[in-house]
Amino acid sequence: MSLKYVEEFRDPELARELVKKIRETNTRELRLMEVCGTHTMAIFRHGVRSVLPPGITLLSGPGCPVCVTAQKDIDAYVAFARNKDVIVTTFGDLMKVPGSGSTLAREKAAGADVRIVYSIFDAMAVARENPDREVVFCAVGFETTIPTIAASVLTAAGEQLGNFSIYAANKLTPPALAALMEADGVDIDGFILPGHVSVITGTDAYRKTFETYDIPSVIAGFEPVDILKAVLLLVEQNETGIPELVNAYPRAVSDTGNLKAKAVMSQVFEICSATWRGIGDIPDSGMCLKEEFQAFDAAQKFDMDMPDVPEPKGCACGEILMGLKTPEACKLYKTACSPMSPVGPCMVSSEGACAAYYKYS
Amino acid sequence: MADNDTILLDHGSGGKVSHAMFSDLILPLFDSPELARQDDGAVLDVPKGRLAFSTDSYVVDPIFFPGGNIGDLAVNGTVNDISMCGAVPLYISVGLIIEEGLPVRDLKTILETMAGAAKKAGVRIVTGDTKVVPRGKADKIFINTSGVGVIPDGVDVSGDKAVAGDQIIVSGTIADHGITVLSEREGLKFDSDVKTDSAPLNHMVKAILDSGCRVHVLRDPTRGGLGTTLNEIAAQSGVGIRLYEEKLPVRGPVQGTCELLGFDPLYIANEGKLIAIVPESDADKVLATIRGDEFGKEAVIVGEVTDREPGRVILETLIGGTRVVDMLAGEQLPRIC
Repeated sequence: MSLKYVEEFRDPELARELVKKIRETNTRELRLMEVCGTHTMAIFRHGVRSVLPPGITLLSGPGCPVCVTAQKDIDAYVAFARNKDVIVTTFGDLMKVPGSGSTLAREKAAGADVRIVYSIFDAMAVARENPDREVVFCAVGFETTIPTIAASVLTAAGEQLGNFSIYAANKLTPPALAALMEADGVDIDGFILPGHVSVITGTDAYRKTFETYDIPSVIAGFEPVDILKAVLLLVEQNETGIPELVNAYPRAVSDTGNLKAKAVMSQVFEICSATWRGIGDIPDSGMCLKEEFQAFDAAQKFDMDMPDVPEPKGCACGEILMGLKTPEACKLYKTACSPMSPVGPCMVSSEGACAAYYKYS
Repeated sequence: MADNDTILLDHGSGGKVSHAMFSDLILPLFDSPELARQDDGAVLDVPKGRLAFSTDSYVVDPIFFPGGNIGDLAVNGTVNDISMCGAVPLYISVGLIIEEGLPVRDLKTILETMAGAAKKAGVRIVTGDTKVVPRGKADKIFINTSGVGVIPDGVDVSGDKAVAGDQIIVSGTIADHGITVLSEREGLKFDSDVKTDSAPLNHMVKAILDSGCRVHVLRDPTRGGLGTTLNEIAAQSGVGIRLYEEKLPVRGPVQGTCELLGFDPLYIANEGKLIAIVPESDADKVLATIRGDEFGKEAVIVGEVTDREPGRVILETLIGGTRVVDMLAGEQLPRIC
């Protein structure tokens, strides 16, 4: 495996030139939101904030899949873990996310069979190896992970893998952007749109939101030069007053996206409403298994319907995800809430805004 | 003992089977007069000087990985810990906790590797213990090593001695060990030659100390990686540390794996690297000395000690920005050593 292809996107000279142009062009206070958690981490890791003019504020959006997983969904995962007949398979990030009473990590320590996997295909392998036990996969993530989950459901159906099911808490990005624009008090001058998600969705997926709200929007890659380029484009659009939807990640993103992946998604899932932690219900922002695949729906199989629960007191995760607050403005930040003892999901996930602030500033 | 046998509870009983394992397998490999005496403890000659004493336990999973196994890790780890005190390591002890059912072949390979590592480092294994626990009560094999060494007169290195202006040298590429073990454990098959950097650093340390250069701090950045160790030094010495991202030595495949899995190489374990913090006037000579050692060929200066922001490690990024390198918090790769 080689990473040579990223080197030019980390070129210090190129980066300095972009920073210079941003400084020369920008004349106003700007609030730009990076929607994706991977962008948040990249921005911190490369010290992007420290090279931008002070008037430009970068806000972390609702694009960290763990952060937006509703507490009731975490409660469901914990309930599965407490069922002795079930092996829970999950991405590592979810282990420490607190539900209303416990975490998967705590359940594991108490003896539950919770296994970290890197891919849903590993979860299916666990199911094949344990035919006399039920295996539930905690399905979280955006358009980047949904096609793989859909493909695995198709495989499981083909194999008649009867002891395998998923609890889907997957979410779609464009409806969240629209919900954000409709929310009270939200003040955003431009979106840095997620690169990986857009590989699947294509640029066209954002067109409706863009046309409705006339907001500068740039799809960006994850290297420092990619991010600085996106910031420059957003600055230019704000200066000229002409918003545009720009694909600044053309080496990976097309207008229509990955048609095959989208076809698999719509073969297995249908669009439904979803609860976003800290934000609430957003219509048409979730993915539910279609009728014919309900044998693989863990919620149906185990009759799991967890009640809504209030967010932990004082946790500002929701406001942070909407760009209304920065982590430092949360009164729990670095006091009651830290990566060692997280209160809200923004502090747990490696892509969470609070975890990024904690780690890098 | 035949290679195709497996370890049974009897091998840890203290009876005939235990003795046979000691005489037939362990003793011939470790070749140590102190061990051969079979007393309850080792009686040792110690040269003049202050004694450095260290212990560490090894529970790595998997026990075999590219470039090494739990055996050389256990010997090198303690050799290096003693060396980082400025001491010449002399003797080590070995405690084995073996899970019933371990193939004798595997145990033999591990012991052979330990013997080889001890020989390379020039230390003797002088005392030890073997226990066998029922299946499921341990994971294949756990090893504890303890060791002693003697600090020559005039040597005084410690994590609290870094001062502003000192240069920070790292003896080679970082994150090799952690990424090797992680890739092996998770079955992540990359088309690369990533292997552990497990190595004894005592000869390198001796060369540095014999060079006549002043050395303020020596540390090996194992668990928690370079980032965590530098944070410890910044806190102990009450100084700031500035690192330069462009200078950090990371192999391409290691960097690639980190990118893919979302890890920062600054927090990934090393098992054969040291950090030397030395006055600027001695830095070039120390660097050349380290590069003269077989395990230090890729040594570089990665940063400097400052009097700004005491207790913090700041990284100057490739694009000229800065960010804090904090102590590793709430996330760690399980059982890498």
